[in-house]
Amino acid sequence: MSKNIQQMVRLDRREALKAAGVGVLALGFATTAHATPEAAAEALSKISGGAAASMSDKVTISLPEIAENGATVPVGVSVDSPMTADSYVKHIHVFAEGNPSPETISFNLTATGKAEVNTRIRLSKTQNVMVAAIMNDGSVLTSKKEVKVTIGGCGG
Amino acid sequence: MAKKPRVKLPKKAKAGDIVQVKTLAAHNMETGNRKDKKGAKIPRLILNKFTCTFNGADVFSADMHPSVSANPYISFFITAKESGTYEFTWTDDNGKVTTVSNDMAVS
Repeated sequence: MSKNIQQMVRLDRREALKAAGVGVLALGFATTAHATPEAAAEALSKISGGAAASMSDKVTISLPEIAENGATVPVGVSVDSPMTADSYVKHIHVFAEGNPSPETISFNLTATGKAEVNTRIRLSKTQNVMVAAIMNDGSVLTSKKEVKVTIGGCGG
Repeated sequence: MAKKPRVKLPKKAKAGDIVQVKTLAAHNMETGNRKDKKGAKIPRLILNKFTCTFNGADVFSADMHPSVSANPYISFFITAKESGTYEFTWTDDNGKVTTVSNDMAVS
């Protein structure tokens, strides 16, 4: 459904008018509200208590470039951290910016092993996945990666 | 959960080794967004909490939301320090807890 709308934006005016009928129809059916990047950022600031978040290359997200099935998309997050009692990653939060609700999964880590987690998530459409790592000193490091989703996986 | 969750943890490890723990729970993680044939919403029922403790102390936990895939797979890393029991729990929306315990011997 949302694909129709995206295509519409790209068309010129005349074609847009022609497509309008179809577009309105599509909008009528689009009942599930989707989150936006702002909603994801807001969810993060709620969790981190408003601490300033900065993009960092210390946070690596491994995600497929194209996910054929949005119902199960493997995602791995690793953070460059020694994981000692003095310096470790406390939380890793994963947000899906285009899902009905952005919060996906939050990991709570302790100073052991290494800062790497793997899981599988649902993605409803092509979107950015944002990851935020909260260190033990309270700093927030984030990273983002786009995934193209062929078939969405949130039901609805 | 009809089936017992699967946990992959080595039985033996050397002290100081970094060990990967893999867990897979059997659950369909109903999102609450889907509708049945009559158009009624299927109520949400997911596993919302996963924890791992070692001899009673917290090691790792995860808070899950409906965007986690069915049959949630979670893997993470621990440092082998001493022998003991790792206990894994999954809690669903109704408060039902499923527990799996695994021992690891550290030499």
